[in-house]
Amino acid sequence: MSQTIQEVQNEIIEEFSMLDGDMEMTIGYVMELGETLEPLEEEKKTEENIVKGCQSKVWLDAQLVDDKIHFKADSNTAITKGLVSILVRILSDRTPKDIVDADLFFIDKVGLNRFIGTQRSNGLGAMIKQMKIYGLAYDAQTQKS
Amino acid sequence: MSDTSLVSKTLDIEALRSEFPILHQKVNGKQLVYFDNAATNQKPLSVINALQHHYEADNANIHRGIHTLAERSTTAFENTRKAAQAFINANEAEEIIFTKGTTESINLVASSWGRKFLKEGDEIIVSGLEHHSNIVPWQMIAEEKGAKVKAIPVMDNGDLDIAVFSKLLSERTKMVAVNHASNSLGTINPVKEIIEMAHAVGAKVLIDGAQASSHLNIDVHALNADFYALSAHKMYGPTGVGLLYGKRSLLEKMPPYQGGGEMIREVSFEGTTYNDIPYKFEAGTPNIADVVAFKAAIDFVSKLGKSNIAAHEAELLSYATAQLKEISGVKIIGEAQHKVSVASFIVEGIHHFDLGMWMDAKGVAVRTGHHCTQPLMDRFCIEGTVRASFSVYNTKAEIDIFISALKDIIKKLKP
Repeated sequence: MSQTIQEVQNEIIEEFSMLDGDMEMTIGYVMELGETLEPLEEEKKTEENIVKGCQSKVWLDAQLVDDKIHFKADSNTAITKGLVSILVRILSDRTPKDIVDADLFFIDKVGLNRFIGTQRSNGLGAMIKQMKIYGLAYDAQTQKS
Repeated sequence: MSDTSLVSKTLDIEALRSEFPILHQKVNGKQLVYFDNAATNQKPLSVINALQHHYEADNANIHRGIHTLAERSTTAFENTRKAAQAFINANEAEEIIFTKGTTESINLVASSWGRKFLKEGDEIIVSGLEHHSNIVPWQMIAEEKGAKVKAIPVMDNGDLDIAVFSKLLSERTKMVAVNHASNSLGTINPVKEIIEMAHAVGAKVLIDGAQASSHLNIDVHALNADFYALSAHKMYGPTGVGLLYGKRSLLEKMPPYQGGGEMIREVSFEGTTYNDIPYKFEAGTPNIADVVAFKAAIDFVSKLGKSNIAAHEAELLSYATAQLKEISGVKIIGEAQHKVSVASFIVEGIHHFDLGMWMDAKGVAVRTGHHCTQPLMDRFCIEGTVRASFSVYNTKAEIDIFISALKDIIKKLKP
């Protein structure tokens, strides 16, 4: 039985709590997490898959597999790649409705809130929005069929 | 690291630092090292106090009030205009127009002068070193008028190619708009030469002095500049205030930029007549408090002396540049012959964003990205740089912290 969105977030909060709020260690850990991200095929790094942010590029691909959305992503910067890997870990392979309804409470708890308001720099907020838009779109599609 | 680094030959930097409360804090648990001065530099107590004093003692709307506070406010406001006149050596205080900043100053000229004097087929020359704010306003008016915007190319070392500039100039050239110093690379442009060359074909010249104001001597009279724009916040002053200098003969021929109070002489539904310069261009209640505090910033720079500031900053720049060059994988972007205190660089294999974020975690504030100069980044085929820029209150000890932080991050990210 896979973990719920809440359970994964609690797990992440626990992992980050070991860093004691040290910003260097936090950044280092975020970068490490980026290394674990499932690779995104080069041909999917298209203009349409870009989540717009000012300083870093993020490509996000979403496919519906067995009524669940499977996310793959990549970024040209290590920190942003780490951030998107956390989101993928939480939201990938969930139903569209679960993604739309997800309350991402971990952001505040792990001190990543400073990354969210700055859409111009790394666009964590924009990534979340884009994932939820995929959720909405696939939700509408699955209800129709 | 030698102990003498805190004491420049003529300036007591340690004493100076005590005038900047913001510098004395920890960021992410580390002592702040503020190297984002080209974006905005920090404010001395004299500026902060002037702002506070205005609101506590003198605040009133200016120019039309007859009561004492209005008189005090008006006097303080106009005293800044006189100080600014002296600061850039303008002929008259009336040639100083207060704006929101350099961007608004350039927009004012592009919009007002451009609307009146540009026509189809005319050419505006900018440079490849320009900030977007000295490109886009010209593109906007050029599109409206059917004029063309051309750019002076940048050479590999970051200097402008003046030989190409001379070929771009023709009788079609109506405006040349270039910066005094580049925000991205630090290049100091030969503006006197550029102005002479432009005048020879009958073109007017606007100099964007945003990056020059706190480092370089500005003498609009000696330069024979037609327009000169700068921002207070890049020279230890408040945000939201800048100035436009324009020659009286030009400003008088230009139509108002915005309509409203202050800029009129008489208003009726049959027709409205406009006020004299500078008020013709200062519609509405201006940013009084910040203009008043701007004078404290001018006084601060004048008291220290531009040449003393420049000497200290040049020492910091050469100290930082020499150390950056020794780090493997670091490439400095922009090694012009003459530079203000900006060190822009990239690190092979590490994105500037990752580097900048990690620097911040170590308490070091640098700027990363394209610095609002995308054409310049395209010229060097890069997405952006890390930019460390220095002000008079910075020290060699801080550069040591910055360099060791950089080395540590490179070691971590490129094992």
